[in-house]
Amino acid sequence: MIGHGGGGRLSGELVEHLFRPAFATSGAALGELHDAATLALDGGAGRLAFSTDSYVVRPLFFPGGSIGELAVHGTINDVSMSGAQPIALSCGFIIEEGLELATLGRIADRMGDAARAAGVPIVTGDTKVVDARLADGVYVNTAGVGVVPDGVDIRPSRATPGDVLVVSGPIGLHGVAVMSQREGLEFGTQIESDSAPLHGLVGAMLDAHRDLHVLRDPTRGGVAASLCEIASSAAVGVEYDEAAIPVPPEVAAACSFLGLDPMNVANEGKLVAFVPPEGVDAVVAAMHDHEHGRGARVIGRVVADHPGVVVARTRLGASRVVDLPLGEQLPRIC
Amino acid sequence: MCLAVPGKIVETRDERGTRMATIDFDGIRKDICLAYLPDIEVGDYAIVHVGFAISKVDEATALETLALFRELGVLDDELGVTGGTVGGPIPDARGGVR
Amino acid sequence: MRFLDEFNDPELARRLFDEIERLATREWAIMEVCGGQTHSIIRNGIDQLLPDSIELIHGPGCPVCVTPLGVIDKALEIAALPEVIFCSFGDMLRVPGSQHDLFQIRSEGGDIRVVYSPLDAVRLAEEHPDRQVVFFAIGFETTAPPNAMTVHLAHQRGLTNFSVLVSHVLVPPAIEALCSSPTSRVDAFLAAGHVCSVMGTWQYGPLVDAYQVPIVVTGFEPLDVLDGIRRAVAQLEAGEARLENAYERVVSSAGNAAAQAMIEDVFQVCDRQWRGIGEIPASGWRLSDRYADFDAELRFGVSDVDAPESSLCRSGEVLQGLIKPHECEAFGKECTPRAPLGATMVSSEGACAAYYQYRRLDVVPVEVGVG
Repeated sequence: MIGHGGGGRLSGELVEHLFRPAFATSGAALGELHDAATLALDGGAGRLAFSTDSYVVRPLFFPGGSIGELAVHGTINDVSMSGAQPIALSCGFIIEEGLELATLGRIADRMGDAARAAGVPIVTGDTKVVDARLADGVYVNTAGVGVVPDGVDIRPSRATPGDVLVVSGPIGLHGVAVMSQREGLEFGTQIESDSAPLHGLVGAMLDAHRDLHVLRDPTRGGVAASLCEIASSAAVGVEYDEAAIPVPPEVAAACSFLGLDPMNVANEGKLVAFVPPEGVDAVVAAMHDHEHGRGARVIGRVVADHPGVVVARTRLGASRVVDLPLGEQLPRIC
Repeated sequence: MCLAVPGKIVETRDERGTRMATIDFDGIRKDICLAYLPDIEVGDYAIVHVGFAISKVDEATALETLALFRELGVLDDELGVTGGTVGGPIPDARGGVR
Repeated sequence: MRFLDEFNDPELARRLFDEIERLATREWAIMEVCGGQTHSIIRNGIDQLLPDSIELIHGPGCPVCVTPLGVIDKALEIAALPEVIFCSFGDMLRVPGSQHDLFQIRSEGGDIRVVYSPLDAVRLAEEHPDRQVVFFAIGFETTAPPNAMTVHLAHQRGLTNFSVLVSHVLVPPAIEALCSSPTSRVDAFLAAGHVCSVMGTWQYGPLVDAYQVPIVVTGFEPLDVLDGIRRAVAQLEAGEARLENAYERVVSSAGNAAAQAMIEDVFQVCDRQWRGIGEIPASGWRLSDRYADFDAELRFGVSDVDAPESSLCRSGEVLQGLIKPHECEAFGKECTPRAPLGATMVSSEGACAAYYQYRRLDVVPVEVGVG
């Protein structure tokens, strides 16, 4: 029986124990778990980055975005996290019978707008309609391809003791914006999803320092899940300072009354970078000059101690282990 | 056990005989029930648990408590004393219920 | 946030730590009763920064943790019924019954809704007159007035499709049970601030007198917890046993009269099973007889459902402070947050889950870099 998603440990175990063994013969690409696979081209220079993601967000429209922008930005970002510049997207729709045509139209318009604004065209697609109650409105899948510039080698296992952790801006905005519309939780907020394409920011960072080690967009499961996954795949220790995490007051407040940790809340327009110490100043300066990196901050470091484990330094100066969040984030009463 | 956080009452209203409010948690607005704090007013802070205001936050007392904490080390540093307690026992409102 | 941020100030925390260090000349075991305090202690690392002579014992104050297996099984049976919309606080969804949990019932088609406020359950009953809406009313004294309000409103509005599955527990009888246990190691208690905001502090004076144990009503932010510890240590060092209020900005001695009146109307005291501990006399509330029409146990005929607890699980000893979570043989092996044996591993503020999440480096000895 499949438990509900939300990033975190349950999805990770599915990939590790079910999909990876089943797909083992299809080549080395799945060998390292990353947002995008990179493929060498026969005889040619450069490598191709290839990624796909499916979007099942509820509600379909939320402050600052919709499933449409997410499907475009999310896949652009997955491709970008390998250091690639995305060149084209595909899309697939699974539509529940009875969905309002106008709703589908709005989603398509927003996807088109987002793709044009990002300069990454949607070039192919597919549509399937399933019986009522076999899907929840509409699901969207997108795939993207991009080209990894020469000399760029970004993947989780390159995290190295000494690397500095940089987050590109305030966290938790997307998750809180979506939660504010969810049935049973509704609350009023000025917060909007941070959904944004990050390939431009990544390009600027690479121009500042070619040898970035790891990039990750902390979507489901939040920054904490990203750090746990990277610590685990690179077998390094990761430490961050809670006081350094940029948490907007409204995100802190929403998490406070729902009993959630902002570090576990989803983002859709942020990245976490593992930067070798000699490149940090240049990279952070380049991020500050870019519209999607103005709030960039150093939050921690990679250490040789406690391999595979993420440790937070609390505001009081103690330390505690940070675990991969377990599936769906639920509001607590206690 | 009981996750409860302070927020500021920004508006009150009657909904079918039940006193309700909009409360502000640092920019997050939430509808909550005021049935258990009939006297609380707009501008007051209340502790909210599962959508209900359960207790008014006494601002003066909060400031006094913080002031006591600030004095803790300072007083000891100046006078070179150790130990000592702040605050006294609670007067028993119900006359020693047993 | 106002009244939270000020009570998180690291500089003032340092002063309180220093003061506790100065006061403590002997070893003391202090139990924080409330799971919210446990969460704050572990999350902020307060226990690591206290002098070695002060041991914090994590008490039974997590309503999710102490809800007995039999009640969870009742909830699962009701939630699986096709005519039912089952409403629960988010915490309860992952709590294992003897076969499965509410998440699994939901994935098998059960209509389970997570509510933030109990009033959302009443609203659902009004919006779905053709369905049976059941609210899982769990919690300590703090949650009782909100939960009682659902029954009051359903009665007032004549809702015949609304009922509650009640499993309320009370703090003072649990403290009394711990004090009177011959194996108790607790020198002083930090009482639960939010429970006291509803019930007042007057219930605790008799316990202080009867057992000569200091009780300090304590809040939840780091400075609040530290002040509670500081006051408890000061009393212990002076050989005193008094009731003190370290959460005066929120808690009064009389508590919330309107809330107490609602509780008195809707609930009545009953004996209650505590998961891991067993039955404690007069330690819970059930629906009072005049509201029996709203009792989901009667409506759906699940009163007889019961279940034995796992024999491997030592959550009872953890909840009583007799062992630390990692001293249980099943900790981190047969029992993890992914596959919990007892509810202390399920709720994020259960003592076992808190240890598993935040303290693994200490309990599976790996050096923590604190540079």
